Amino acid sequence: MLHINDLHAGVEEKEILKGINLDVQPGEVHAIMGPNGSGKSTLASVIAGKEEFEISKGNLSFEGEDISELDPEERAHKGLFLSFQYPVAIPGVTVTNFIKTAINETRKAKGLEDMPAGEMLKKIKQKAEMLEIDRKFLSRSLNEGFSGGEKKRNEIFQMAMLEPKLAILDETDSGLDIDALKVVANGVNKLKSKDNAVIVITHYQRLLDYIVPDYVHVLMDGRIVKSGSKELAKELEAKGYDWIKEELV
Amino acid sequence: MSLKDKLLSSYIAFEDHLEDDSPIHDLRNNAIKVFEEAGFPTKKEEAWKYTSLNALLKQNYSVFPKSEATVELKQVKKYFLHDIDTYKLVFVDGVYSSFLSETTHDSIDVCLLSSALNKPKYKAVIEAYFNKTAVKDSLTSLNTAFAKEGAYIHIPKHKEVEKPIEIINFSTGNEAAVLLQPRNLIVVGENAHVQIIERHQSLSSNAVLTNAVTEIFAEKRAFVDCYKIQNDSENASLVDSTYVSQQQESICRVHTFSFGGKITRNNLNFYQNGERCDSVLNGITILEGKQHVDHNTLVHHMAPNCESHQDYKGIFSDSSVGVFNGKIYVEKDAQKLDAFQQNNNILVDDKATINSKPQLEIFADDVRCSHGCTIGQLDEDAMFYLQSRGIGKKEARALLMYAFANNVLESVKIPELKARINKLIANKIGVSLGFEL
Repeated sequence: MLHINDLHAGVEEKEILKGINLDVQPGEVHAIMGPNGSGKSTLASVIAGKEEFEISKGNLSFEGEDISELDPEERAHKGLFLSFQYPVAIPGVTVTNFIKTAINETRKAKGLEDMPAGEMLKKIKQKAEMLEIDRKFLSRSLNEGFSGGEKKRNEIFQMAMLEPKLAILDETDSGLDIDALKVVANGVNKLKSKDNAVIVITHYQRLLDYIVPDYVHVLMDGRIVKSGSKELAKELEAKGYDWIKEELV
Repeated sequence: MSLKDKLLSSYIAFEDHLEDDSPIHDLRNNAIKVFEEAGFPTKKEEAWKYTSLNALLKQNYSVFPKSEATVELKQVKKYFLHDIDTYKLVFVDGVYSSFLSETTHDSIDVCLLSSALNKPKYKAVIEAYFNKTAVKDSLTSLNTAFAKEGAYIHIPKHKEVEKPIEIINFSTGNEAAVLLQPRNLIVVGENAHVQIIERHQSLSSNAVLTNAVTEIFAEKRAFVDCYKIQNDSENASLVDSTYVSQQQESICRVHTFSFGGKITRNNLNFYQNGERCDSVLNGITILEGKQHVDHNTLVHHMAPNCESHQDYKGIFSDSSVGVFNGKIYVEKDAQKLDAFQQNNNILVDDKATINSKPQLEIFADDVRCSHGCTIGQLDEDAMFYLQSRGIGKKEARALLMYAFANNVLESVKIPELKARINKLIANKIGVSLGFEL
């Protein structure tokens, strides 16, 4: 589904990703862990198409198609979703109106008519219930004055509405208390199927107790230096990252 | 003949036609002298540094439109707030249109300045208020000299006017170029409430220059809510001078929505004469092409325990030009003041310009005055966020612009007007977002 081969990318002259290799198949959950500044969020942004980053070398393909030149919205239309660590506030645009716009823009790109209002409402209601989001929340301005937990829950709500093939969750666990974490993780698990895949980017093992990964990768200094099973995450939690550094020397 | 000379010679003819016992006869004669001496403002004057009227003044304006033009209701209906009931004062090429208007004398006066200036029963009000707050600058003096027609609104004390009052000046373009000088007088009595919507609208692409003056008097505890809709055609220019004189505990709010026109200059002057006044000056400016809008504001604080809030947002595309010149003047006695001024701008294109100049002159020692000004582009992280949800660049930009201006829009207290302005903004930004903004 997602195929990344020897990917180098950075901002202007500064290379941040220094040769990433990653393969994600449908039905899989991958976790990417690593210390601060290792390039985790950059990797997420490059996959989603943030203009600021330039790919200098390597391949980035999604469902067999090179997506490295596509705009972020075109990647979204193909079924990519990035849950942001710091979602942006849009005063005056409600959560409901925002998600309607996102869904209908995607449908428009595929040559489809707008989703009928009744169907939209039904879907919103169903997904909101799944994530224990109440009605009042949906008529608030997007991310404006939201708590950390509300922002993350709203990100997962949008993911649930957009039903992406590949979702990248960037630090979705940060700022969440344990109850909110469970709700969010539960939502992600319910959305999982044999046809879609999830990449979880996190500092901590905590989230991986609830969203259980098939593979764990360690990102350090712009490279994936170690990959393993979910046991690797537990080892990292117990021992930190230094032992990997030593192993590499 | 220059426009100035033309106006001076027209004045003689104009004055000949007026009755000599008009209470403002002397005011007119004095005003034309001020204009004669000062002439039109030029860029040499500090207050006009960024806005030149030169190109406009070269037009051969008709100073007194010849015939009474007729306008069909269906032609102009869209400019009214037709989904709710309103009082209307409609002028076509400077002439009152009784057919399009809805006036009243039922416990309040919503009628014509021309009759107020001529009928004895209004004499006391005219003498007490007319031209009492207007500054004697050249353009305001020019308007005073020719003051003849416009809105006359008098709300007696304790009266809450239930319907908004619309003041609309249409120009038909029946003549190649026309100069209009409407003059409005609005007196709001103690504890009275009123909402006013003001609009200047050209119905053709012919040149129009409007030199409008509005005086607003808010007595003790009065509440005045005023909305200016500036979405005029490409050859219509406007100098709109508004003078607001506030007494103790009054609240006056003026919102200016500048989306259209060629050159627009807003002189908005607030004078706080009594304690615990509150003044609100808000604006949204969205320009494109070569449009030019200059907001020149003054809040003059003379009494203690008052507040003022200014919030102007601007979005400038193409080679449009914006000016914000905001002055807060605090006299020695205006202690315990809370004055706030904010001007935020987004430059969408490299050729767009904004000149933003806050001016604070403070002679009191126990006040809180804050001001802030930002000039920037749309936030790239925010763009990426919206695009990553499948929203195209153009629509994402529109959403962010809308969000940027939103807090000003939120303070519009007439829901139908707010919906209307939302639509104007959506049209202006040029997108359909699949939901009503």
